[in-house]
Amino acid sequence: MMAKLNDKPLLSARNLGKHYGQRLGCRDVNFDLYEGEVLAVVGESGSGKSTLLSLLATELSPTAGAVNYRMRDGETRNLFDLSEAERRFLLRTDWGFVRQDARDGLRMGVSAGGNVGERLMAVGGRHYGRIRDTASDWLNRVEIEPERIDDLPKSFSGGMRQRLQIARNLVTHPRLVFMDEPTSSLDVSVQARLLDLIRGLVSELGLAVIIVTHDLAVARLLSHRIMVMRQGRVIETGLTDQVLDDPREAYTQLLVSSVLAA
Amino acid sequence: MLSHCDNVQATGFVEHLKLPHYVDFQAELGLVRQMRAEYAGAPARAEGGGRMSAVAAPQASGYNFAYLDEQTKRMIRRAILKGIAIPGYQVPFSSREMPMPYGWGTGGVQVTAAIIGPDDVLKVIDQGSDDTTNAVSIRKFFAKTAGVATTTETKDATIIQTRHRIPERQLTEKQTIVFQVPIPEPLRFLEPRETETRKLHALADYGLMHVKLYEDISRHGHIATTYDYPVEVADRYVMNPSPTPKFDNPKMHMSPALQLFGAGREKRIYAVPPFTKVRSLDFEDHPFEVQKFDKPCALCAATNVYLDEVVLDDRGGRMFVCSDSDYCEERRADGHRGELSGEAPHLVGGAA
Repeated sequence: MMAKLNDKPLLSARNLGKHYGQRLGCRDVNFDLYEGEVLAVVGESGSGKSTLLSLLATELSPTAGAVNYRMRDGETRNLFDLSEAERRFLLRTDWGFVRQDARDGLRMGVSAGGNVGERLMAVGGRHYGRIRDTASDWLNRVEIEPERIDDLPKSFSGGMRQRLQIARNLVTHPRLVFMDEPTSSLDVSVQARLLDLIRGLVSELGLAVIIVTHDLAVARLLSHRIMVMRQGRVIETGLTDQVLDDPREAYTQLLVSSVLAA
Repeated sequence: MLSHCDNVQATGFVEHLKLPHYVDFQAELGLVRQMRAEYAGAPARAEGGGRMSAVAAPQASGYNFAYLDEQTKRMIRRAILKGIAIPGYQVPFSSREMPMPYGWGTGGVQVTAAIIGPDDVLKVIDQGSDDTTNAVSIRKFFAKTAGVATTTETKDATIIQTRHRIPERQLTEKQTIVFQVPIPEPLRFLEPRETETRKLHALADYGLMHVKLYEDISRHGHIATTYDYPVEVADRYVMNPSPTPKFDNPKMHMSPALQLFGAGREKRIYAVPPFTKVRSLDFEDHPFEVQKFDKPCALCAATNVYLDEVVLDDRGGRMFVCSDSDYCEERRADGHRGELSGEAPHLVGGAA
């Protein structure tokens, strides 16, 4: 089973909000995320879920509120008080970010091995043989044949690129991974395989995941808890099965009923 | 004729040999001569300027000492001082148009113009040689605009402006070497955004540099970068040493001479102060290595020097000779003889 998990939240958002001038991105977002927990953020396009993800990953700065994160040394800090150097270090060691479009998350001109090895080298790995062994091991874990270690991602299929992106992010054993619609650019059979893989890795490594998706089936398969967003606000939260089987809010009911057999 | 195996990134070298560049240069020269003729005809005007301009250039009247005006020199000197204070850091400066095209060493020329004084002795080398077009032009440029003494001998020079080589002879504390730099940013081919590369430098976030070396090894089995090999200066900034062969990288480490780098088109100046640590990047299991040659120089029998390949005929005959022509001549004057020193064509073999 998983390692002993801490009972303090790993990440907690407090009254988090973002306005783009007059326009609302999201507001009054509050939640706690614990180690090993998968939280799905669902909602239609323009509901503020991508804004929220960018805020949590410190790619945007908020207009209100704070995000507190428990660092590896046990100290809890507001992410927006970190220096740029600390934030970047966090991003390449303790966090991962799997993008919707693999081209945004990979270096397309660098071989698969180089893509996976980049984080290792960024944290001071200076032994070619060891970097390569680790990269090859990770390719194996995400079901990419190790012989393809020197191939460029350009020659990979969409599903392989997503799996390579996952390997590249997990190689430094992060505790928290952000996923932005990781499966939506793939066809259905490839989606299922990728979801399987993500589910396996998440439970094996005890990862905390925040996954943004408009696909309720993905949320059902992967997440423990779910957060429904509409017009920049969180309108319903709860255990995934509970919310999807017995939605309280009218909008959530509409969302659930609009999906075929979710 | 020289045979070269540089890759596409080095096409600058070939471009220099192309007619249009030469014509540009010639055209500028024509204009300069015309302006000078017109100036000689006009009544003498009062010249402003600082201390250095007190020594008028004996031949090219109408110019400030060393071509640039004193305000520009002060601006460049400030950039140089900042560069020396932060070894390896690229200092932006407002690079001027020079009477030669980009790629001919406009950055190096501006640095030299800013530091040269009337008592300096200037040596200019291009590909290790004092006799190629670029070297001859720049040497003449300073002889005319500053009236300084020039030399081809490394030991006599106080300022050495260079393109592609560091002299074989150990430099001294009294000397300054000025590099002409085409691309100052070592991360450029990995990260095209200037805002991002600056951030990476500021945070010493150099993992990307090793990704490049990793890719080299995975493709070629060894680090295939042979020139402009990235170095880490004073345990902090990663720097491009300009397109010198990596053979010269060890010479930069703890060099007693001040090393200045000027990139005219990219508008950057950087520096390595004397006795500064310069480490070539590598992997623990693929350590940095310099090029090795199996034969000594065919003219002066020198070993442990960088050799140029010279084609002798159209039947595959070739010889390897010192790229540093002054070093080779000096050795031959001291009586060293290589295996071809008697037979080599007169033009290549030189006077010895």
